[in-house]
Amino acid sequence: MKRFPFDWLALPLVGLIAVGLLWVISCSTWAPNLPSPVKTWEMSRPYIVEPFAKRGELDQGVLRFTWYSLILVSKGYFIAILIGTPLGFLLGSSKTLTMMFDPIIQFLKPVSPLAWLPLGLVLFGKSEPAALFTIALCSMWPTVVNTAVGVRAVPQDYLNVARVLKLSKFKTLTKVLFPATLPYMFTGFRLSLGIAWLVIVACEMLIGTPGVGGFLWQEYNSLIYEHIILCILTIGCVGFILDRLMGIVERRFAAA
Amino acid sequence: MLTDSNYLEIWNLTKSFPTPKGPATVVKGFQLNVARGEFVSLIGHSGCGKSTVLSMIAGLSEPTSGGIILAGREIDGAGPDRGVVFQAPCLLPWMTAFDNVLLGVQQVKPDASRAEQGDIVKHYLELVGLADAIHKRPAELSGGMRQRVGIARAFALSPKMLLLDEPFGMLDALTRLELQEVLLEVWSQHQMTAVMVTHDVDEAVLLSDRVVMMTNGPEAQVGEIVKVPFARPRDRIHLMETTAYEDVRDELLSFLEERAHIKPSIPTTDEDARPAPAAGSTVSC
Ligand SMILES: Nc1ncnc2c1ncn2[C@@H]1O[C@H](COP(=O)(O)OP(=O)(O)O)[C@@H](O)[C@H]1O
Ligand SMILES: [Mg+2]
Repeated sequence: MKRFPFDWLALPLVGLIAVGLLWVISCSTWAPNLPSPVKTWEMSRPYIVEPFAKRGELDQGVLRFTWYSLILVSKGYFIAILIGTPLGFLLGSSKTLTMMFDPIIQFLKPVSPLAWLPLGLVLFGKSEPAALFTIALCSMWPTVVNTAVGVRAVPQDYLNVARVLKLSKFKTLTKVLFPATLPYMFTGFRLSLGIAWLVIVACEMLIGTPGVGGFLWQEYNSLIYEHIILCILTIGCVGFILDRLMGIVERRFAAA
Repeated sequence: MLTDSNYLEIWNLTKSFPTPKGPATVVKGFQLNVARGEFVSLIGHSGCGKSTVLSMIAGLSEPTSGGIILAGREIDGAGPDRGVVFQAPCLLPWMTAFDNVLLGVQQVKPDASRAEQGDIVKHYLELVGLADAIHKRPAELSGGMRQRVGIARAFALSPKMLLLDEPFGMLDALTRLELQEVLLEVWSQHQMTAVMVTHDVDEAVLLSDRVVMMTNGPEAQVGEIVKVPFARPRDRIHLMETTAYEDVRDELLSFLEERAHIKPSIPTTDEDARPAPAAGSTVSC
């Protein structure tokens, strides 16, 4: 007899129902402005059943908005990786550099995207570069830190092999350090992507570009609260999927 | 002057490590000559400084004082002219057996064509009995097979000498016997100068021309040297039946049990300490 999938199916479902109940109760008692699930679905329907429709600049299908957001996020994220990975390698392989920059990194890490964006606007004038600046700056740190940790954790045995064979600096990097650090790097990449996605929404809300975040803020201003919930659910879904995808990639490299 | 008898010259080797309580001198005044083509084992109690000596020969750590001269040149840093077989095989797990060996071959024969390099790699992997596992990754290989790759990698460098640090220490007893045979076989085909660290008396006797016994640390040095006079090629079964084998074995064991803690005041130069020359060469201490 096949065992009922109690752990991974039934329990999450129970949780989901509980939260749904809380929602229903809330919107009929203490939070009259909170749209009910049914209302939310009715209002969101056109955005979901026609996910790629484009009726206007800030009136588009939900997947189309997601697509815009993903493009912006991937640009910022690639800048973060492109800068963060070599930076992590440098910090990981030099004690001096670590001592020089570690305090600054610890100091910059907790600064909120909402604080960076105005500075980006001051620096670049336009909203898109400012958004990229913010995404890159906020999401870079997990990549930097994890890469550095990975470089420091390369087993001495592997480095001895490189020394005994007298590998050049370049070969040591490509044949030994890089592959040995890869699992750590991908952990960093996954965490960075999570943050980049977190930041994009805040950025879009502030600069008002079309995307899930921009849509959310606009609908708040137009008092269509159902769409706020639609956006929140979309953001959560996309973030979850991104994390899972990166998790798969990460595990592949950890196993290799 | 370089003669065959002092192909490797270790002269007054001393190594101290800094500790919170001041420098700890692990090895002091270690003195040894190894002839070209000779197989020497280094045996001693755990922690006496065998690996320390070997890693200085390998160039992985710097002597505090004294020097090491290989083939007429002072050793300065690590290099592929010394093939090292580590206790853990230290294969790069993201590369196949082939690529692991190739990495070294490319270093010593950078001008050879890709095909020639590949042929060398295959030759040595076949020599250690891995013809069927050439393109497997370390994770797919057993411990014994991995160490075979380690041996192939060291030999494929065609180095001036071979350095082995308890190469079979992490293997089970049966695999260890098997790999001793492999090493014996490959070594006898190349007659490569070799220094091997071991704490297995039988392993030392089977493989070596001379066994160097180290005194206990700190300040470990060469205690006694026993020559192993058996003709090659050697056969374990035949060897073990002879009384001479028992004699050599007893000598090693009695040193380890009774005399390892005694510091010799002068380096041993008596007849016993004279090495068994390999291939007609003579060695002096
Ligand atoms: N890097 C190091 N720093 C301080 N002490 C060390 C270091 N390497 C080895 N030692 C000490 O040197 C002694 C000899 O070590 P080792 O050569 O590994 O012994 P063996 O290989 O004979 O078992 C040990 O007491 C060890 O603690
Ligand atoms: Mg050791």
